[in-house]
Amino acid sequence: MGEVMVITSGKGGVGKTTTTANLGTALAMMGYRVVLVDADIGLRNLDVVMGLENRIVYDLVDVAHGRCRLKQALIRDRRFESLFLLPAAQTKDKTAVNPEQMKELCAELKQESDFVLVDCPAGIEQGFRNAIAGADKAVVVTTPEVAAVRDADRIIGLLEASELRNPLLIVNRIRPQMVKTGDMLNVEDVIEHLAIELLGIVPDDETIITSTNRGEPAVLNANSRAGEAYRNISRRIVGEEVPFMNLDAGGGFIERVRRLFGLRTG
Amino acid sequence: MLDILQRFFGKETEKPSKTVAKERLRLVLMHDRLDISPEILESLRADLLKVITDYCEIDQSAMEIGLHRGQGSVALVANIPVLRLKRLPPHH
Repeated sequence: MGEVMVITSGKGGVGKTTTTANLGTALAMMGYRVVLVDADIGLRNLDVVMGLENRIVYDLVDVAHGRCRLKQALIRDRRFESLFLLPAAQTKDKTAVNPEQMKELCAELKQESDFVLVDCPAGIEQGFRNAIAGADKAVVVTTPEVAAVRDADRIIGLLEASELRNPLLIVNRIRPQMVKTGDMLNVEDVIEHLAIELLGIVPDDETIITSTNRGEPAVLNANSRAGEAYRNISRRIVGEEVPFMNLDAGGGFIERVRRLFGLRTG
Repeated sequence: MLDILQRFFGKETEKPSKTVAKERLRLVLMHDRLDISPEILESLRADLLKVITDYCEIDQSAMEIGLHRGQGSVALVANIPVLRLKRLPPHH
């Protein structure tokens, strides 16, 4: 019997879908049975990030309405046979699914998997209610910006009111150089305000864009810093002790010169 | 003049933007978290009434209570018109 984790944030565009895709893929790489659920009804995205968009036949709403069996709607990943996706519907009707149906769906999915990761839509309305309905745990994704942290704070309050206590935090898109020059909130600033447990830090990284272009999650790219961060997070999820990534920009003179000439280090 | 010199020598006169962000975040969260629900406000009002009426007669219909958001702080503001003070303390 597995665990249902909802990946949420409140604000849009902070990396929920990227996080869901990468953590799911990383967990599958480690051999766990994983189902990714795209709960963003009407704005299907997770399929594209996973590179599975051409294989969709049925979707979450079809399952909820009994138009197909759950197994028929699950798309098996080409790369890992223990990884599945349940795509969102493209219907405009956001009330096509209710929290009770989501609860049943999640309960059924976790019977035969180790992790069910639910990609939550932005906002705090019905889509959010649906996404958290069947969750055992919540992961809150934020970026080091005032608006994103503020929305994360609201979400944490709503999660706790819905009995999803002790959500875990991922701070995404940290730019070490800007943190160093005092032009970006650092992880400590964010935690100080949100006061929840830190699950991971993900650096801002162009490989996220190239990997999304290709539909290949960054965790599959051994050279991706963000991919490495997500691999670390997934190891923490299964209980390993993994130190937080050292994001020190290395501001020494030599380092700055190397950076100036575009020489990469580590 | 000093300003021009400072600028000339590239001295940073502005606060780093992170410091600004941190302060703005602190204020916005304080305000958000104090978003009190009508039920809680009503309960607070009832409890305040209980205590105050031990000491004085008040005009309940004109009583006002709420959170007042100022620059950098939040205050609980109550305006309670008093009709008459009682002569003895309640537990006498």
